[in-house]
Amino acid sequence: MSDAPDSGAPLLEVTDLVKHFPIKRGILIDREVDQVRAVDGVSFRVQQGETLGLVGESGSGKSTVCRAVLQLIKPTSGSIKFEGQEIAGLGRRQMRPLRREMQMIFQDPYASLNPRKRIGQIVGDPLKRQGVASGSELRRQVQELLQRVGLSSEHYNRFPHEFSGGQRQRIGIARAISLKPKLVICDEPVSALDVSIQAQIVNLLDDLQDEFGLAYLFVAHDIGVVRHISDRIAVMNEGKIVEQGTADQVCESPQDEYTKKLLAAVPIPDPRESRERHSGSVQ
Amino acid sequence: MSSAPLLSVAGLRVGFATEDGIIQAVDGVSFDLQPGEVLAIVGESGSGKSVTAQTMLGLTRANNARIEGSVALAGEDLTAASDEEMRRLRGERIAMVFQDPMTSFNPVYRIGSQIVEAIRAHRPDTSKGQAEERVVELFEAVGIPNAEQRVDDYPHEFSGGMRQRAMIAMALALEPEVLIADEPTTALDVTIQAQILDLLGDLNRERNLATILITHDLGVVAEVADRVLVMYAGKVVEEGTLDEIFYDPQHPYTWGLLGSLTRIDRPRPHRLPQIAGSPPSLLDLPEGCPFRPRCPHEFSKCSQYPGLEARVPDSPSHRDRCWLGPEEKREKRLVEGQIGLEAPRQGQQA
Repeated sequence: MSDAPDSGAPLLEVTDLVKHFPIKRGILIDREVDQVRAVDGVSFRVQQGETLGLVGESGSGKSTVCRAVLQLIKPTSGSIKFEGQEIAGLGRRQMRPLRREMQMIFQDPYASLNPRKRIGQIVGDPLKRQGVASGSELRRQVQELLQRVGLSSEHYNRFPHEFSGGQRQRIGIARAISLKPKLVICDEPVSALDVSIQAQIVNLLDDLQDEFGLAYLFVAHDIGVVRHISDRIAVMNEGKIVEQGTADQVCESPQDEYTKKLLAAVPIPDPRESRERHSGSVQ
Repeated sequence: MSSAPLLSVAGLRVGFATEDGIIQAVDGVSFDLQPGEVLAIVGESGSGKSVTAQTMLGLTRANNARIEGSVALAGEDLTAASDEEMRRLRGERIAMVFQDPMTSFNPVYRIGSQIVEAIRAHRPDTSKGQAEERVVELFEAVGIPNAEQRVDDYPHEFSGGMRQRAMIAMALALEPEVLIADEPTTALDVTIQAQILDLLGDLNRERNLATILITHDLGVVAEVADRVLVMYAGKVVEEGTLDEIFYDPQHPYTWGLLGSLTRIDRPRPHRLPQIAGSPPSLLDLPEGCPFRPRCPHEFSKCSQYPGLEARVPDSPSHRDRCWLGPEEKREKRLVEGQIGLEAPRQGQQA
């Protein structure tokens, strides 16, 4: 999928990423008694315009990886390179120009939009803060974005509570793509949505990728959705990537035991196949 | 159909008066349930599936609620039962397992003692020691290891899956005839989900429990259900056996639900078939079929809402609410060879 001119250098390159959270005991003096190894030596690459799916169960460390990539938390060690530039350990100020290039879509569309702000403000805020547009030009760009994600420009002056979960997720997507980033990190973007809406959002993300050449780091626990949207998949378990490969490779011929177990547990919406699967395991 | 059903819900309607008008959350739901049967109620948020279940347990009784129709358990109408009678029935004859195992236990009491309390509230002559023994037995039955130690743990010491097992143990404590499970695996990881579904299946077989499974996940339905009700905007739009719903679905909404599933056992389609638009507001339902604004197959007749009728020849138990003829349906539900809903027509909301 990568048709970048300098296709050698990946857009994002994470090497030996480690994030340990200390467990502290004591009243006056905090002693570190142990560590939670949330992310324990994770390496992967995302090429321009491609989607890397990160799957794993709760506690596997996938959200911690996302937050470390965006420097929302400081990694314990390891390297995170964006377009060849080391960003691990950069401060807020140094990160600011990079934030134009990497954006995030969150899981809960109810919690990720400020209820007191109008949609126009929410979507336009990144443009304004980065000094991309202001005044009537800002308004025009925001309205264009709203239309692009399947909303209407009349929604500009509305508040988040007037929208359904799916529409809110569209608003979050409009905000994330407003600065035309190169990388969008999607942390469980459809898992809070109804089934009939999930497919709409997945298709929208697909379309936007084609149109803007976005790369996605797509994190989800739903392997079906991840497989649909991803070019490559990395499977995480207990802070480590246990298997990495193309989406079809990982799903059709998994190599790792944990991946096999995970895939075998996915319910198949086909009663006949499900009965066949179970008749094998009945004593 | 063979013998008198254990549970019979007839013409159930539940409305809530709000400042903006009356919300008819459940609008004429009827079904029968036999011992040992698993009935799945499928729908999206706002379809009325959870309100249906809660009403069976008398949990929707409120000043602004209006409940019509009947819920008969072995002939006794639960909608007419007093609060006192309902309290006795709950747990004893119908028990419920909720979605969120995090919030279903009181965090400041030990799990075992919460179940002991439930047992002794219903069976006052059970001694504390007997009840505690019973809890250990139940923990073993639902597959909690080290049952004897774990009964003394607090809820936060249990993982999500173990907490859901404990929840099921509590539901089974008084040996109910009907178990209602409302999204019992939605909050769990897939590997744990598979274990809990196996457990529910085993219990259903071993104890001849009549089970109502409420879920939005058709994958879960395919694993455990015998019969399926598909709900949309407070009404049942299709009901049938598991195979009828999956292999011969009659309602375009069911096609859409089946089509939009991602399947890891099939080559992935270029594009996920989607259902356009979003579920309607219950305060402002469209005239006629409520699915009409989202349906690419709607035609003039859809301005009237069809009744829930058997429209497939020779399948009296397979009923739906769609005006299209069986032949038309067979043709229209195929999108690139698979069951699904076509892309919306021009002018329809995307």
